[in-house]
Amino acid sequence: MTLDPAPALDVDALLDDPETRIVVCCGAGGVGKTTTAAALGLRAAERGRRVVVLTIDPARRLAQSMGIDSLDNTPRRVKGIEPVAGAEPQNGEEREERGAAEPAPGELHAMMLDMKRTFDEIVEAHADPERARAILENPFYQSLSAGFAGTQEYMAMEKLGQLRAEGDWDLIVVDTPPSRSALDFLDAPGRLGSFLDGKFIRVLMAPAKVGGRAGMKFLNVGMSMMTGTLGKLLGGQFLRDVQTFVAAMDTMFGGFRTRADATYRLLQAPGTAFLVVAAPERDALREAAYFVERLAADRMPLAGLVLNRVHDSGAARLSAERALAAAENLDEARIVDQEGGKKALRTTPESPDRAAAPAERGSENDPRESDSDPGGSEDDSTAAADSSTDAAGRLAAGLLRLHAERMQLIAREQRTRDRFTALHPEVAVAEVAALPGDVHDLAGLRDIGTRLAADGARAADDDDGTRS
Amino acid sequence: MSRFQVVSGKGGTGKTTVAAALALALATEGKRTLLVEVEGRQGIAQLFETEALPYEERKIAVAPGGGEVFALAIDAELALLDYLQMFYRLGSAGRALKKLGAVDFATTIAPGVRDVLLTGKACEAVRRKDKRGRFAYDHVVMDAPPTGRITRFLNVNDEVAGLAKIGPIHNQAQAVMRVLKSPQTAVHLVTLLEEMPVQETVDGIAELRAAALPVGRVLVNMVRAEVLPSPVPQDVRRTDVAKALSRAGLGGARRGGLAEQLVDPLLEQASQYEERVALERRQRAELTELGLPVTELELLPEGIDLAGLYRLAAELRTQGVS
Ligand SMILES: Nc1ncnc2c1ncn2[C@@H]1O[C@H](COP(=O)(O)OP(=O)(O)OP(=O)(O)O)[C@@H](O)[C@H]1O
Ligand SMILES: Nc1ncnc2c1ncn2[C@@H]1O[C@H](COP(=O)(O)OP(=O)(O)O)[C@@H](O)[C@H]1O
Ligand SMILES: [Mg+2]
Ligand SMILES: [Mg+2]
Repeated sequence: MTLDPAPALDVDALLDDPETRIVVCCGAGGVGKTTTAAALGLRAAERGRRVVVLTIDPARRLAQSMGIDSLDNTPRRVKGIEPVAGAEPQNGEEREERGAAEPAPGELHAMMLDMKRTFDEIVEAHADPERARAILENPFYQSLSAGFAGTQEYMAMEKLGQLRAEGDWDLIVVDTPPSRSALDFLDAPGRLGSFLDGKFIRVLMAPAKVGGRAGMKFLNVGMSMMTGTLGKLLGGQFLRDVQTFVAAMDTMFGGFRTRADATYRLLQAPGTAFLVVAAPERDALREAAYFVERLAADRMPLAGLVLNRVHDSGAARLSAERALAAAENLDEARIVDQEGGKKALRTTPESPDRAAAPAERGSENDPRESDSDPGGSEDDSTAAADSSTDAAGRLAAGLLRLHAERMQLIAREQRTRDRFTALHPEVAVAEVAALPGDVHDLAGLRDIGTRLAADGARAADDDDGTRS
Repeated sequence: MSRFQVVSGKGGTGKTTVAAALALALATEGKRTLLVEVEGRQGIAQLFETEALPYEERKIAVAPGGGEVFALAIDAELALLDYLQMFYRLGSAGRALKKLGAVDFATTIAPGVRDVLLTGKACEAVRRKDKRGRFAYDHVVMDAPPTGRITRFLNVNDEVAGLAKIGPIHNQAQAVMRVLKSPQTAVHLVTLLEEMPVQETVDGIAELRAAALPVGRVLVNMVRAEVLPSPVPQDVRRTDVAKALSRAGLGGARRGGLAEQLVDPLLEQASQYEERVALERRQRAELTELGLPVTELELLPEGIDLAGLYRLAAELRTQGVS
């Protein structure tokens, strides 16, 4: 079965479009969200936009190379932005004057989210100093701000809201927290919000407010029983701490949920584009599929899928099976040769020197070579016992095994991708090859950016070709 | 061999898989191990291809040689109600608490409470004895939270003992801490030979050590078999490689011949391979510097199924991990 290939995602069109104001990179952990977000930010900046990238957990060397390894929770300008050849100049007048030949690079600013600090800043901004101090010192606040499941997501959304409100940016690229499920980014803030606005919290704060008159009596009984029980279990101070915390938090905001809801709506607004990042692996693509469905259900705009760490081969015509068979051929031939070689060694004492000899032979127009050569039987002469032929045979067998492994991997990746494409044929895809090393500097990010844009650029060129 | 083995590691490196393989490996003849899950994700059930586990110890596998593996998915809410029941015989009041969201509240707002319940339940299984005074389980293996949270998770009992200064939870927290900080416990970290997981492992071990938690070993997962010598021999001529490929039946070795055309792409793949192997060696060297035992588990190219799990368990036994 061959599926129609998925449509290509035109990354440059997305980044160049002045209407695109927020790009969110989502996906399961470890697939390359942070790398993709940083690469997109860099590319957009080099194509002329004023960009801020909000990263959550960059690899240490990547953060260092962008100059954002010190956590101060504000965007830092990244040095080393270069204009990209062929980029459209942006609409600024000053840029137009410079002409299309040399588009002005924009700016890249980057920051790494400090979850606790973001939380502290909300408190400091919304409470008078005395109350703020009381909250910041509260053990529950400390526990919550340092690592409640969902706090990171909530704070990422909060920071996004702040950056958007600042209005300084053409484009905000958002990385999302590492989590098992891409959906956590959408769900966790609401969960935290509704939890903090929850029934039990309201009971703790003011039992009389909850429920109708009929419910009140029961609740009051329940309440005293409960505070009593919890008090006994955890110590009275525990409960008092909780109560102060909750009361202080509540008077401070117009409700956590309201806040979470507002950011959520920002994500639904035009100008926001989601990119789902996945590796061509079963778990990652299954997560991606869930996420795509969820975005559709919530009417959030999906720009496409970034398929990261895809493998390919320059010798894809040679199948894994043939490569393995050929490698075996070579091994067998070598075993036979080695037996012959030992005999030769016994009869010719100067044989070690012969290793150098074959290098002189075997020029490219060796008349014995021919394209129709089926099994290479012509080398069954003395030359076959030469150690350089032997070394070449061994290397070739290794290369073939490596290739077979690569081809099997490519086939597995293709199968998982086909499954995704069958479910979501409409989702545009940008592929990024698996690079052999990590991506930890601007050059690496630029390379990823080029790869991200390549498919879309090709597709766009094809379109132009047919139109003109 | 520590009786309580905690398996942590960066997300996606194979904590659940390795913990399960370890539980199988430790269940040698006549022994019983308990595999414990704490994140409510039913990872064990998926791995063993069984239906979702209830909050109840169940036999899920017989190990090679006849040992038995039990599994338990700990549910923090139910564990809390258990505790309340145990200490206070709450009856219907417990249900009222649940209805009001109090249980949810307690296990959510104070992550410490949740973690203390999870570690508490696991430690209870570690210490449990049968009527004849023998341990109910020879080993308990925990599929634990990831490296970034593991120290806090295991140490939370100290924190909670500080928050809840009196009462049974306070006492419980201290009892758990005594098990966790003793040689009965070993915390292992799973990693891959990649930059970020290794970095996390190095940082995680420093944190564990600073908290005086007993570090066990580093388990390097998904190690790729070597297919080529690395560095790739430089003294072999292109034309000789082309000829070898031709001898193997892949076409002509002359320039433009089918075999000759394969040489460049194959050498390109080899140089990518070299780069990767070099990177892996650097990561391995960093791990060696930790001064901990390091165990490697191979990458199973087709992914993990039950047979693969038993294979990893056999590897762990061969390497003397159990
Ligand atoms: N040695 C191995 N060979 C091949 N695949 C493996 C190996 N170990 C683990 N895997 C696969 O890697 C993926 C992640 O493994 P697993 O779920 O055990 O990781 P985890 O650390 O528990 O993840 P999480 O952080 O999400 O809990 C699974 O698909 C698993 O089958
Ligand atoms: N296309 C790629 N080729 C090679 N390495 C990559 C690629 N994309 C990401 N990486 C590497 O994978 C690791 C995890 O990437 P990261 O972007 O931090 O993932 P996430 O944010 O999704 O957890 C990093 O070390 C990064 O350098
Ligand atoms: Mg990340
Ligand atoms: Mg797991």
